[in-house]
Amino acid sequence: MPFISNTDEQRKQMLEEIGVASFADLLKGIPDELLIKHPLKLDEPLSEFEITKKVQELAAQNINTSELVSFLGAGIYDHFIPAAVNYVIGRPEFYSAYTPYQAEVSQGTLQFIYEYQTLICELTGMYASNASMYDGATACAESLILALRHNKNKKIIISSLIHPHYKQVIETYIKPLDPEIVYIPQKNGRIDMEKLMQEMTDDVSAVLIPSPNFLGVIENLEALEPLIHENKKALFIVSTDPLSLLLFNPPGKYNVDIVVGEGQVLGNMQNLGGPLLGFFAVNQKLIRKMPGRIVGATVDTNGQKGYVLTLQAREQHIRRGKATSNICTNESLCSLAATVYMVLMGKQGLREVADQSTIKAHYLHDKICQINGFQAANTAPFFKEFAVKTPIPPSEIISKMKHKGYFAGVDISQYGYKNQLLIAVTEKRTKQELDAFVNELEKLVEEV
Amino acid sequence: MATKTIFEKSIKTRKGYTLPKCEIDNNISEIFPNDILRKDPPRVPEVSELDTVRHYIEISDKNHFIEKGFYPLGSCTMKYNPKINDIVNVITGFTDIHPMQPEDTIQGALQVMYELQQDLAEISGMSAVSLQPVAGAHGEFTGVNIIYNYHKNKGQHRTKIIMPDSSHGTNPATSALHGMEVIEIKSNEDGKVDTEVLKDVLSDDVAGFMLTNPNTLGVFETNIQEIAKLVHSVGGLMYMDGANLNAMLGYIRPGDMGFDIVHFNLHKTFSTPHGGGGPGGGGIGVSEKLVDYLPVPVVKKKNDVYYLDYDAKYSIGKVHSYFGNFLVMLRAYIYLKMLGDKGLKRVAENAVINSNYLMAKLLSEYPVPYQKNIMHEFVACGKKFKEYGVRTLDIAKRLLDYGFHAPTIYFPLIVHEALMIEPTETESKETLDTFAEVMLKIAQEAKENPELLKEAPQNTPATRLDETNAIRNLDIKYNFEA
Repeated sequence: MPFISNTDEQRKQMLEEIGVASFADLLKGIPDELLIKHPLKLDEPLSEFEITKKVQELAAQNINTSELVSFLGAGIYDHFIPAAVNYVIGRPEFYSAYTPYQAEVSQGTLQFIYEYQTLICELTGMYASNASMYDGATACAESLILALRHNKNKKIIISSLIHPHYKQVIETYIKPLDPEIVYIPQKNGRIDMEKLMQEMTDDVSAVLIPSPNFLGVIENLEALEPLIHENKKALFIVSTDPLSLLLFNPPGKYNVDIVVGEGQVLGNMQNLGGPLLGFFAVNQKLIRKMPGRIVGATVDTNGQKGYVLTLQAREQHIRRGKATSNICTNESLCSLAATVYMVLMGKQGLREVADQSTIKAHYLHDKICQINGFQAANTAPFFKEFAVKTPIPPSEIISKMKHKGYFAGVDISQYGYKNQLLIAVTEKRTKQELDAFVNELEKLVEEV
Repeated sequence: MATKTIFEKSIKTRKGYTLPKCEIDNNISEIFPNDILRKDPPRVPEVSELDTVRHYIEISDKNHFIEKGFYPLGSCTMKYNPKINDIVNVITGFTDIHPMQPEDTIQGALQVMYELQQDLAEISGMSAVSLQPVAGAHGEFTGVNIIYNYHKNKGQHRTKIIMPDSSHGTNPATSALHGMEVIEIKSNEDGKVDTEVLKDVLSDDVAGFMLTNPNTLGVFETNIQEIAKLVHSVGGLMYMDGANLNAMLGYIRPGDMGFDIVHFNLHKTFSTPHGGGGPGGGGIGVSEKLVDYLPVPVVKKKNDVYYLDYDAKYSIGKVHSYFGNFLVMLRAYIYLKMLGDKGLKRVAENAVINSNYLMAKLLSEYPVPYQKNIMHEFVACGKKFKEYGVRTLDIAKRLLDYGFHAPTIYFPLIVHEALMIEPTETESKETLDTFAEVMLKIAQEAKENPELLKEAPQNTPATRLDETNAIRNLDIKYNFEA
């Protein structure tokens, strides 16, 4: 039998030592009618060679983003990942270790988490980071739960320009706590400040602003902050793309209380949208309210520096029903990929990724908006992703461009942005690809 | 030896990357107003590729991991992770696909998800499966959310969740996230649910009952049918924490026991690696009456074409940005397809035999208060060593000196000085024999030379670490100013 060492002879010896005649004796006491008498309806087992072949055949039925030129984004982006990232995360010492409960034999995991926390704090400008969350959506949801429990207010304000899937996750997560949820509409690609101001009543618990938002637009955090913090209790929460923080002032500079987001862009593959990497950073006041694991430095009995899981009194295995969250297993290996990626790219490399993605996105945006019938969806400043209004339904563009060799973007009509196509550009796209893409779009419009 | 942080290895302008030149002539400062542009770049280290790789290899060397040695962590099912599972990491047809691609370009991926949904439903005896949750606690969240919405939809305001006092911490934490009142009931002398106590707390405001079976003592809840009947009789739902599913594969199914919801830990039962704390997989299976409550989308098949179905009448919505941890599902898929029915049964048999064998070997020094119907793990009590000034923590730390990982300790809470040991099916008799020998030797050491234990570990990359100091002098990021 695969992956089992003990032989039949050994099993017999072991059963003897236990003092039973057969395995069935070990199940004595379990009601007989619960024991399955028939084989499960599963496929006949495959050998390693056969499953390898099968899996490769399945993979071949997918078209991947190396085969087609991809402009897909909406939270998951096709950035370049240096080979050394996957080399390090593939090391079994990291890959198949358990959660670092025994610190003395888990210093590798604990130290990289400490370094990851540092890097997230540097990017966001925040005081403290946890070890990771499941993804950007659940990080947003948990930040709102933190707020609801922290200030006991009931009103949650969210920009309507939040990723529509995040909106769904947030609602699933927080509705049982019975909050009032208010969505603020957009005005030219950004949150409508006047509408926000009107909603800033005394009972606001938190305001969640994505920046870049679902349309790729950078919000004016500097103007938003005083407006939100005029209510002394309200928490200002920003969800962001960490690569954007190389270019723009970090939320920490604007006195933001919690910064969350999707960290897939930091060295993690697209993986059909999972595993992903949620990050979660807070100001100094909120550190003991934070969900998830936190690593701290300390010393061992020889006075040597070392690392441990710390502030565990926040967590489920200690506090049970009073824990800040139920999170236990998180996305540790993805946070390692992020750490190694950030370190490898370094200060200059990360900036260059952000610069190139932005410059290329703006180039493509301007070119597309010159095509007859295409129009910018808004005029607000954007990072590496933008929405355009299309002269023919986006779904048709996507389907036709697929045959020309492109994943043209995400059809956001389905989310209420009528006739809009969301286009993301990373540093991987070449000028030649962008020009050819524009060319094909032009032809497509002419054909119609 | 402590390793410097990567930040201390930074050398100004050193580089570890290459990127193609940007062929477009433009400048960031031309695109955005100056006042929003960052002037103080984050202090990311500047190191070479060799610096980076060597740094992480150096610290990795300080970890215990399953390929290196035995990991008897109770409740965690640290079985060997077959290497075939990891071919998925290098197949671009899986790693380089985007969740918003048209469905006709991800048919292979959808087939994997569809078949895994089907297989897990068959193994658990449930009607339908969602693979969206990415961890056990995430599965619990999804399950309790379904319980919450199920009653709400029926116009009932149910506010209580019952669970035994041996339950995982995630159970009450998850319930609290739904504003539920947690009622913990005392286990009986066999370490099982006391049905008399259960009857006392049942009422028509009970939303559900959360139970791990085999429970966290490794004991099979032989009264499970009666428990399910009692909970159902007041309109409550039965939730099974699937952390211990390994013990029952192919033999007993949660659905047949009367559970309405169960979560699967793909990173335990189905052999996907733990990654030092994730990514995991925490899909859930539900009974017929809850199928319409599952998160969307669920993968379905029509005329040999796979598609994402968003059309569930009472769906709780979504619990993840996209479909869950696809790459983890894929590894579990490979494992399942290699095992089939016979292989799964063999897993359960060997998990249970290994556990009972190891318990028999240790009983002379490590009493197990709850021994009846022991399945895949058991919980020993280290209380007797207190007279030598030795605690369970010391025994755990001494094990590290011998190259073993420690068992789960101080859980469940109902066993004093608990040592929760789960050998899993993949460990050989020889490994268990060696481990037992060492455990017995440690028991001798505790009596004859307790200092050896109290000062342990000494043969590890770090000696015992000061956790209190870590809290008092909180240091959770590198101090660049120091």
